[in-house]
Amino acid sequence: MAKVLVVTSGKGGVGKTTSTAALGAALAQRGESVAVVDFDVGLRNLDLVMGAERRVVFDLINVVQGVAKLQQALIRDKRVENLWLLPASQTRDKDALTDEGVGRVIADLRTRFDWVLCDSPAGIERGATLAMRYADEAVIVTNPEVSSVRDSDRIIGMLDSKTVKAEKGERITKHVLITRYDPVRAAKGEMLGIDDILEILAIPLLGIIPESQDVLRASNVGSPVTLNDAASAPARAYFDAARRLTGEQIAMLVPTERRGFMNRLLGRRAA
Amino acid sequence: MSINLLRLFGGRNATAPVARERLQILLAHERGLLGQPDLLVTLREEILAVVSRHIQLDPDKVTVKLDRGKTVSTLEVDIEVPNGFETVVRGGRRAAG
Repeated sequence: MAKVLVVTSGKGGVGKTTSTAALGAALAQRGESVAVVDFDVGLRNLDLVMGAERRVVFDLINVVQGVAKLQQALIRDKRVENLWLLPASQTRDKDALTDEGVGRVIADLRTRFDWVLCDSPAGIERGATLAMRYADEAVIVTNPEVSSVRDSDRIIGMLDSKTVKAEKGERITKHVLITRYDPVRAAKGEMLGIDDILEILAIPLLGIIPESQDVLRASNVGSPVTLNDAASAPARAYFDAARRLTGEQIAMLVPTERRGFMNRLLGRRAA
Repeated sequence: MSINLLRLFGGRNATAPVARERLQILLAHERGLLGQPDLLVTLREEILAVVSRHIQLDPDKVTVKLDRGKTVSTLEVDIEVPNGFETVVRGGRRAAG
């Protein structure tokens, strides 16, 4: 039974696209078949983070409008064979997406994949509402920072009212994924702590991704961080998050300030 | 400058030059495509229209692949034609006769 997951946040720049790529790849690396779908029409970037930017022929809009078949628009990852990308259009705008058309594409994707991960655009407008519209579950990407937490709260409200599931009176499963977490700054009280965020948002925690150079390094070369350096701290945090998505119970590893930055980068390979 | 800084702090082989080259290739294409947004869609449709004048096509058996390179790009149109296919022209004549 396929699961449709929206990766959303409200605020821009918190790590939605990075997280979509990393979680999608992590699930695929575990043998699940995965499609990652870019809903950021007009400003697509998931193709770039996945390293498929040179291979885009057709996109979500072409499929929604019936110009191309779904299987013609899907791009297979060159590294993991059960990972596929449905890119967004770079030249159209979000009005080209229709509710009914998106519903059709998502229904089609459900028949082909175990997981469909929808990378939402920032904001709370059409693109973002359509990305979440048909989702069963949501990953709310949040930075330990006041404006990000506030926007996440707003998005949670929309998930509970504007999705098909919510309209049917069902509950959409929500997880918060904390990204760019810096334990040193959190310990100094310069950054919201994990407990603060969870208490305010009151939804379960999917994972804590530490702030790391590995994330930038992976996007530079066009590879999800879980594929680029599977042993790095952010990759391991994403792998754990992916396992939690599949229902496994795994102890939450809170990045601590006791080790220096280089130690965290180079050490802790034993696990 | 930025590369030197990366080497200084990163130590490991710097990835910024890779990012720079990827962006240069991508943006060169995207800037060139402004004003004719659906060039590939148009190309595909016109190629298929020409071919289907002669051969009956199953649209599901057509794949279009693209690889953008620094100096050249390849557009690969792969059309599966069944063995012993009936051409449209011949079929039309038979029907008429």
